[in-house]
Amino acid sequence: MPEVEFQGKKFNVDEDGFIDDYTNWSEEWVQFVKQEEGISELNDEHKKVIDVLREYYEKNGIAPMVRVLSKVTGFKLKHIYELFPSGPGKGACKMAGLPKPTGCV
Amino acid sequence: MADDLAKPEELLENSGYKRPATGWMDTPIDIRPGMYCYASNPKSVEYVGLPNPRQWNPLEDDWKLPENWQEIVHKGIKERLEKFRSFKIFMDVCVRCGACADKCHFFIGTGDPKNMPVLRAELLRSVYRNDFTTAGKIFKSLAGARPLTLDVLKEWWYYFFQCTECRRCSVFCPYGIDTAEITIIGRELLNLLGLNIDWIATPVANCYRTGNHLGIQPHAFKDMLEFFVEDIEDITGINVEPSYNKKGADILFITPSGDVFADPGTYTCMGYMILFKYLKDKYGFDITWSTYASEGGNFGFFTSHETMKRLNSKMYAEAKRLGVKWILGGECGHMWRVINQYMETMNGPADFLEEPVSPITGTKFENAKSTKMVHIAEFVADLIKHDKLELDPSRNDNQIVTFHDSCNPARGMGMLEEPRYVIKNVCNNFYEMPANTIRENTFCCGSGAGLNAGENMELRMCGGMPRANAVKYVHEKHGVNMLACVCAIDRAVFPALMEYWVPEVDVTGMSELVANALIMPGEKDRDTDLRGEPLPGKEDE
Repeated sequence: MPEVEFQGKKFNVDEDGFIDDYTNWSEEWVQFVKQEEGISELNDEHKKVIDVLREYYEKNGIAPMVRVLSKVTGFKLKHIYELFPSGPGKGACKMAGLPKPTGCV
Repeated sequence: MADDLAKPEELLENSGYKRPATGWMDTPIDIRPGMYCYASNPKSVEYVGLPNPRQWNPLEDDWKLPENWQEIVHKGIKERLEKFRSFKIFMDVCVRCGACADKCHFFIGTGDPKNMPVLRAELLRSVYRNDFTTAGKIFKSLAGARPLTLDVLKEWWYYFFQCTECRRCSVFCPYGIDTAEITIIGRELLNLLGLNIDWIATPVANCYRTGNHLGIQPHAFKDMLEFFVEDIEDITGINVEPSYNKKGADILFITPSGDVFADPGTYTCMGYMILFKYLKDKYGFDITWSTYASEGGNFGFFTSHETMKRLNSKMYAEAKRLGVKWILGGECGHMWRVINQYMETMNGPADFLEEPVSPITGTKFENAKSTKMVHIAEFVADLIKHDKLELDPSRNDNQIVTFHDSCNPARGMGMLEEPRYVIKNVCNNFYEMPANTIRENTFCCGSGAGLNAGENMELRMCGGMPRANAVKYVHEKHGVNMLACVCAIDRAVFPALMEYWVPEVDVTGMSELVANALIMPGEKDRDTDLRGEPLPGKEDE
């Protein structure tokens, strides 16, 4: 499993760069993904998306469906793409430390 | 969509059907990013107790195989030749006539000769000849035989995971050789060495743990359906609250978890919920969802017979626990192949269930006599035939629809008419794609059998090209803007395929179209369809 180092912290990641374990998530990880995603400044809206994702994941053990994320944050899918250029899965979920969903998705 | 994916024109140019410089046995394997899926995660392999869980990478030389891997595969082939008569026949009987060669969507899309079904099968057949036939043992490569080397094994892995087990080739084989069954055995042998892909291995482990591929736990499953309840109430004014795990319900409903989680399948899921509420209010229809048998699909089918059996067993187990009469199944593809071809032998007889009869029309589903499972399309077609649904097809007038026959319902259970009958009754604009691309000749979505990952996007766009090409034809000729299907993998993968080849076309499930047209007792004046788009004539409101 590849390892990345950022601001003195080490993270194990999968092939798509998702963190190996939700519990290893930290502020440095957020900063790392921010840089990877090419996001210039993290604002309250980014933070809101991350908080909603983490809260949902802690309760349900899975990422919320896109429509739920959209409804709870009040952001349209298009706006989520503006916040996270790689989209809700590969951008936002990655930053929040969630694993990628697999199956018929 | 992958950023480094070639543009459609480039992809077409690259795929060209060039004559290879060397014979197939002498052409070395080249595992190319974009064409393969990531290796299985050891945690998932371990969870279901399959062999050789470890971290490995297909691009590295060392695949971390057990020392006696050749012996394991040899023994594996031997056991399967004895167990599966079909496998033995398919190994022996092919005369390499080539009728299948240009029928495979992966060959058409990639131009790679090893994607001709005959040659894909030959990858395994050559080893069979070498190890198990007298001619092969004596004459070696002259008799088309070759020993199982590490390169041959890697070739198996690469190409058996470039086949979607769609069986279009088998329709054209004069001997009726089912190349999908060869791929199935090939993957089963690879799994003896721990050589699965993660897009299959992790859903399998999830399904074994929580009952569905996505790993949705019971409370989350309920939470997701409740979300749809709210949305449906906003649109129709009706509360469609479903029942969960209800003991003594008449019927158990099982659908792929993709419908519950991923767009646009979620709209199909809302469609089921609206239909069931309508039938409950009008006819006292008593159906329940299960948070345990919460998956119609079965990625175990893409792993091994044994894994398929284990994952499938929850359907009957839950039906028995709840004491229902029979099972209604949702819009899933390979689920129906597993049910029709294997379920009764593997996990039956389901003698605790009744032969399915529609409680509303009294129709006996003779075809479901042994499995006790009815497909939602045949169930709804029967309701419409008996005039039991009040429909306003004009609500779908913004959609100009064509229908993609999902490979498994079409070729795996012969369901060709029912979905068409339903769609034509709920939509006014329907056009068929060309005859050689539909019904039993249907072209695969290019991402089935567990290949619907994100990292193999070039393979998916190549494999889906023939299907997309037929959609493009009806789009240009008739203005088709909606591709309907009855499979959750289809709904998950077609949006990307359409965006790539025919961006003007969107994707839907049959039940979404039904629910848009269905006039519910006491509903409010609807302004939008299930997606929140304005209904025809309501655009300005």
